[in-house]
Amino acid sequence: MLKFDRVTKVYKVGAFGGGSFTAVREASFEVRPGEVVSLIGESGSGKSTLGKMALRIASVSSGTITCDGTDVSTLRGHRRLKEYYRKVQGVFQDPFSSYNPVFKADRVFAMIRSEYHPGVSDAEWRDKVADALKVVRLDPDQVLGKYPHQLSGGQLQRMLLARALLLDIDYLVADEVISMLDASTRIDVLNLLADLKARGMGILFVTHDLALGNYISDQTVILHRGEIVERGVTSKVFADPRHPYTKKLFASVPQFHKKWDEVEAELRAREAADTSSQPYHLAEGQAVPSELVEVTEGHYVQPFHPRAAV
Amino acid sequence: MTLEVSDLQVYYRTLRGDVRALDGPTFGLADGEIMGLAGESGSGKSTLSKSLIRLDGRMRYIGGSVTLDGDEVPIWDDQAMNEFRYKRISLIPQYAMSAMNPTRKIGKMIAELLESRGVRFRDTRDELHRRLELVGLQRDVLDRYPLELSGGMKQRTVMVISTLLNPSLLIADEVTSALDVSTQRAVAETLVEFRDRRFVKSMIVVTHDISLVYQIADTIMVMYAGRLAEKASAKTIIEMPKHPYTKMLLDSLPEVGVKYEDKRLSGIPGSPPGLLKPPQGCRFRDRCPLADKQCLEQPPFVEVERDHHVACWKAE
Repeated sequence: MLKFDRVTKVYKVGAFGGGSFTAVREASFEVRPGEVVSLIGESGSGKSTLGKMALRIASVSSGTITCDGTDVSTLRGHRRLKEYYRKVQGVFQDPFSSYNPVFKADRVFAMIRSEYHPGVSDAEWRDKVADALKVVRLDPDQVLGKYPHQLSGGQLQRMLLARALLLDIDYLVADEVISMLDASTRIDVLNLLADLKARGMGILFVTHDLALGNYISDQTVILHRGEIVERGVTSKVFADPRHPYTKKLFASVPQFHKKWDEVEAELRAREAADTSSQPYHLAEGQAVPSELVEVTEGHYVQPFHPRAAV
Repeated sequence: MTLEVSDLQVYYRTLRGDVRALDGPTFGLADGEIMGLAGESGSGKSTLSKSLIRLDGRMRYIGGSVTLDGDEVPIWDDQAMNEFRYKRISLIPQYAMSAMNPTRKIGKMIAELLESRGVRFRDTRDELHRRLELVGLQRDVLDRYPLELSGGMKQRTVMVISTLLNPSLLIADEVTSALDVSTQRAVAETLVEFRDRRFVKSMIVVTHDISLVYQIADTIMVMYAGRLAEKASAKTIIEMPKHPYTKMLLDSLPEVGVKYEDKRLSGIPGSPPGLLKPPQGCRFRDRCPLADKQCLEQPPFVEVERDHHVACWKAE
C-alpha cells in the first residue's frame, strides 16, 4: 500500500528563499494494490507535486509517505533507492521529453537491464522485452531499433509503460499520461492502465480531466489549492458531490448530451431540495479543519461554510 | 453566407515534396453561425484557420477560393490580405498568454495596433472600455503590462482586442485548451456572448475537444487528414453522426458517467495517413471497418439530409 499521511509540501520562493508557498497541505489518502486512484485538480492544485513526492523527485516537507510500511523519505543510499524504484515508477505527460533523442528509444530497456537484470542472458532478455511489449500491445518489429522521432506519442508512451513492466513494479504514478495523445488513440492507453490494474498494480492517476478519472478509477481525490476537498469511492463522489468546489468543477466540465445550463440547474435543484444541516457544515467564523468528515461510507468531504462562494 | 470556402488547397512545402495538409474543403458559414471545427492533430484544422488569416513561409496556396460577405479574399496575396486581416477576419491565437507585446503597456499596444489599421484610437476608446467591462476587466488594465495580468485576464484582454473592430469572421484557435475547466467555461460563454451582441458576425472555433464545442457551437465540422469528413448541427453530430470516423471518434471519448467496468471504450486502430503521399480515395479507408472497393475512389462531400454534409460512400 502506498500511503500518504498528512503530507505537506512547502516550496521556498523569492530571491533568497525568504517567502514560502504551500503546494500541498496535510493530504492523506492511500493507493492499494489493484486499485486506481485518480488525483483530480486544476493547474496549481498540487496534484503533480504529490506524484513527484511519491517518486522522491520532490522532498516531503512534513508528514510521511510509506510504501508497504517503509517511510519513503528515509530511504538513503543507492541500493535502498534502487530497491524502491523497482517497486514504484512514474510515467509523465510528455513522452517526447522522456527520451534522449540522440539514442534509440529502446535504450530505456537496455538501461533497465544493466541496472536491474545484469545476469540475464541475451535470449532471455529478448523474451522478457517481447513479453512486456505484448502486454502494452506493441509490435517489437515496429518499435525496436527506432529513434524517438520515428515513433508516435502513443507508441513512446506505451514503451515507457513496458519499461515499468520490466521492473515488475507494484505501483505506478501516471501523471497526465494521455493528455498529449490524440483522441482516437488515448483511450487505448487508458485501457492499458486498466489492464495493469487487473494484474494487481496500484496506480496513482494524476489528471485534470474528470471524465478520464471517472472512467478508470476506483477512488477519486479532488484537490483544490493544495488541499483535499473531497475524496472517496469514485461512484459516490461523482454521483453525489458535496463540496462546493467539486460541484463547481462538475458543472464546468463540458459533456455530451447535456448542456452546461442543464447540469447546473440539476445541481442547483438538488441543493435547494436539501437544506438540512450537515456535520460538514461549518458555523460562521469557524476555521476549516484539516480532517475530512465522512459523508457516507467511503466518501469524505472537507468541512466548509455552506453559504460561502468558492 | 458570411464565408464561403470552395475547393481550397494549401500545401506545405518540404524538401521531400508537398504535404497536402488542406486538400479541397468546400463549405459555407451562415450569418451568425458558430461553427466548431474538430479534428485530431494533422487533420488540417489549424492549416485551414491559418490560411484564412495569413499563409506562413512554408505554406503554399494551390487553388480554390474564399469569399467573405460576397467579396473574394485573396489569401495568396500577403499584401492585399491587409485589407481583411483584423478588420474583417480576426483571430484569437492559441497562446493568447504570449500574444501581447511584453514591452508595451496594453493600452499603448492597442493604440498602435489600431493606428496601423488606419483607425483612430480616440474614436474606439469608449467602446474598448465598455467591452473590457463586459468581460469583467477594469479599464486600468490598459495602463498595465501583460506581465501584470493573470492567464485568464490576458485571455479575456486578447478576446476584446481581437474583436474590437467588429470583424465578420472570428477564428478562435484552441482558445480554451490551456485553461482550467472552470475558466474554460467562462471563456467559451464569452465567445457566444460576443456573437449575440454582434461584435462578430460568425465564428469558427477550432478545437480537439468535441464536448466543448457541443456546448457552444451551432454546427460542428469534422476534418480528417486534410479533408472534410462531416458537417451538421452540433446536436446531429453528437446524436446521429453518419461518417464512420465521427462515430468511432465519439465512441472513443470517455464521458463523465461512463466507467471502465460498465463499458469498455475502444480507440480507432491504426493512425492517420501521411500527407506527403496520401492514399488514393477515402483517406480514412485503412482504419475504416466498412471500407471496400468503392472507397478507392474519393467520396464527395455531399448533403445527405438538410444541412447535414458527409463525405462517405457508406453513409446512409
